[in-house]
Amino acid sequence: MLKTFPLGGVHPKENKFSAGKKIENIDLPKIVNIPISQHIGSPAQAIVAKGDSVKVGQLIAKSTGFVSANIHSSVSGKVLKIDKVLDLSGYKQTCIIIEVENDEWIESIDRTKDLVNNLDISIEDIKNKIIENGIVGLGGATFPTHVKLSIPPGKSCKHLIINAVECEPYLTSDHQLILEKADEILVGCKLIQKVVGAENVLIGIENNKPDAIKLLSEKAKNYSDIEVHALKVMYPQGGEKQLIKALIKREVPSGGLPIDVGCVVQNVGTAFAIYEAVQKNKPLIERVVTVTGISVSNPKNILTRIGTPSDMLIAAAGGLPENTGKIVSGGPMMGKALANDSVPITKGSSGILILPEEKSSRPEHFNCIRCGRCITVCPMGLEPYLLKNMAVVSMFEDLQKEKILDCIECGSCAYTCPAGEPLLDYIRLGKANLNKILRAKKS
Amino acid sequence: MAINRLTVSMSPHDHGKDSVKKIMYGVIIAMIPALLVSVYYFGFDAIKVSLIAVASCVFFEWAIQKLFFKNKKTTITDGSAIITGLLLAFNLPSNLPWYIIIIGALVAIGIAKMTFGGLGNNPFNPALVGRVFLLISFPVEMTSWPKVSVLNFAMTNAETGATPLAIVKEGLKNGESFKEIIDGLPHFYTDAFMGNIGGSLGEISAIAILIGGLFMLFRKIITWHIPVAVLGSATIFSAILHGVNPNNFADPVFHLLTGGMMLGAIFMATDMVTSPMTKKGMLVFGLGIGILTIVIRTWGAYPEGMSFAILIMNAFVPLINRGFKPKRFGETIKKV
Repeated sequence: MLKTFPLGGVHPKENKFSAGKKIENIDLPKIVNIPISQHIGSPAQAIVAKGDSVKVGQLIAKSTGFVSANIHSSVSGKVLKIDKVLDLSGYKQTCIIIEVENDEWIESIDRTKDLVNNLDISIEDIKNKIIENGIVGLGGATFPTHVKLSIPPGKSCKHLIINAVECEPYLTSDHQLILEKADEILVGCKLIQKVVGAENVLIGIENNKPDAIKLLSEKAKNYSDIEVHALKVMYPQGGEKQLIKALIKREVPSGGLPIDVGCVVQNVGTAFAIYEAVQKNKPLIERVVTVTGISVSNPKNILTRIGTPSDMLIAAAGGLPENTGKIVSGGPMMGKALANDSVPITKGSSGILILPEEKSSRPEHFNCIRCGRCITVCPMGLEPYLLKNMAVVSMFEDLQKEKILDCIECGSCAYTCPAGEPLLDYIRLGKANLNKILRAKKS
Repeated sequence: MAINRLTVSMSPHDHGKDSVKKIMYGVIIAMIPALLVSVYYFGFDAIKVSLIAVASCVFFEWAIQKLFFKNKKTTITDGSAIITGLLLAFNLPSNLPWYIIIIGALVAIGIAKMTFGGLGNNPFNPALVGRVFLLISFPVEMTSWPKVSVLNFAMTNAETGATPLAIVKEGLKNGESFKEIIDGLPHFYTDAFMGNIGGSLGEISAIAILIGGLFMLFRKIITWHIPVAVLGSATIFSAILHGVNPNNFADPVFHLLTGGMMLGAIFMATDMVTSPMTKKGMLVFGLGIGILTIVIRTWGAYPEGMSFAILIMNAFVPLINRGFKPKRFGETIKKV
């Protein structure tokens, strides 16, 4: 029996069209828009001004606190202006807009392809490199990595868990990264392990990527204390609480963090970024992005510079199909719908998914027939129908009692609901309003 | 590249294939074997009763939405009114006069379903409310079942008889032992399994109902929890009674095969709208129905208790939903 998490979950059609497609480079864009807020936490502070020349890898916006991250230029050229641009949140955010000239990199970056396996670096140095190079979680939440690697006093980390699950349908960027950069990822894992002081490293991969499982398992033999675990395909296994449950059978307490059960979870892409930051001194200026969709003529995995407009990637994948109804940044279950096709790629963009018109609108709506399937599929053991009903009538105390804040917004309930209820929309509304009240109470 | 209209909405951007309509029509397909058996044993009357019940249920739902809801959209295409009609017909004797069926449909759809706001809002199973209303209002017509006769398509079916449940109840009251009564009904157990016994349209054949139940399990329309809990608790409870005194109490197999036990456990108690939301709740709900049915059959005024038991447990559903919550993730584990 393959391991998985026992509570809830759904299995949407996988549709991994771009699986096995080599990571490609595309031409540099003419202009990039680099948002100063690509992470959870306070936005970075721009330290360049209009007219400045910048090189690839140069720091252009400085972290403004503990929960914040540095931003580096992904191209060389001239800063055109600092202006508000529509980003994937749907709001206009401050971006540093750079006109691309040539491709000059700063000298400190090691651009060779040789594998460097130097674990003889002090924990402080590794951490500093991670902070300097603006590494954030690449799984989608973009939480600044150094925060997650700082073990709070009194806690200790037993397992480092590497999330290579990629449970979202369509997306293949992590899968392809493993196939092409397995050694680099494993060195990255060892680096993180050293920082958090974990006894071992557990890599979780879903069983629909047998080639990646085989490759990583073989390579992991060259490194000590790294185990690769194949997991049954089940969404949302990439949620960190679900992944921990699947791998070590322990539940992160309600309102708690993975470190409460002795774990630190990092995405496989983050492990690679940490390798590059520490061993190659390379800031987080590019990432692998999957461009895919049922009607996309040439689905691809593209190594993309941060700030590249999405339409360049779509053009590289064969252009926008005629029947496009929706463009999603990320996967179909948790991704964000984009308001236009020129939204810049950020550190958290794992894919561009193009949905045809017939799949873009909500399903036909009926009355709730109380079938209870939302409860069956909820991986957190919540009652989505109840949370929705309470959110509609603003019963915030009851919402808190029913653990609405535990919701991980995986969307399994709304995906399953035969009545086509937008359950997650209402749950988000309830969560946001409840959080507002709780914050007001605190202050 | 000019995109005129992009849809922007919150995630998830994908949806599973199931819909209320698919579930409802799945249930209708599952009822076909039982319907065929009733046509086989009751002939033309079975078709007549089913058609009148379904047509009047659909009509009343449409008419009430037009007249009272002032809705432009009608919900009769979702299939739920057809199910209510069929289930109501399954609970009626095949020789029931047409006007009584229409009254039953009006009570089922009008009072039990549309008064509460239509599909999804009714606390009680509409077909059962209709049936119980008729049972109380027309006790004679509702309890004179025609004797079964294979493929009898004659328009009239004058000969009527009591159901096995009524025979046993009457016999026990008169001081006969259960064994004597059953010996008076030759081939009783095989007949009851196949459907060759007196009773309402859809309840006579255990095997046809089981086939429909398996189909619904396979299509994931129902889960095993409610049927297993109902049949299991009824079996255990009646086995205890029978074990204590085999003369005064019917055996479990008799209880399982007669009356509305199968129909109720598989088609009526599993109605999503009127059953609990969680698996734990479903087990409690089923347990209550199984025990109440045997209690009513053994000590109640009526020979059959399934309908009453389900309606009583329907009333407890909000409480069960409140009391039996799913296990929350991370709830029981203490911080390390």
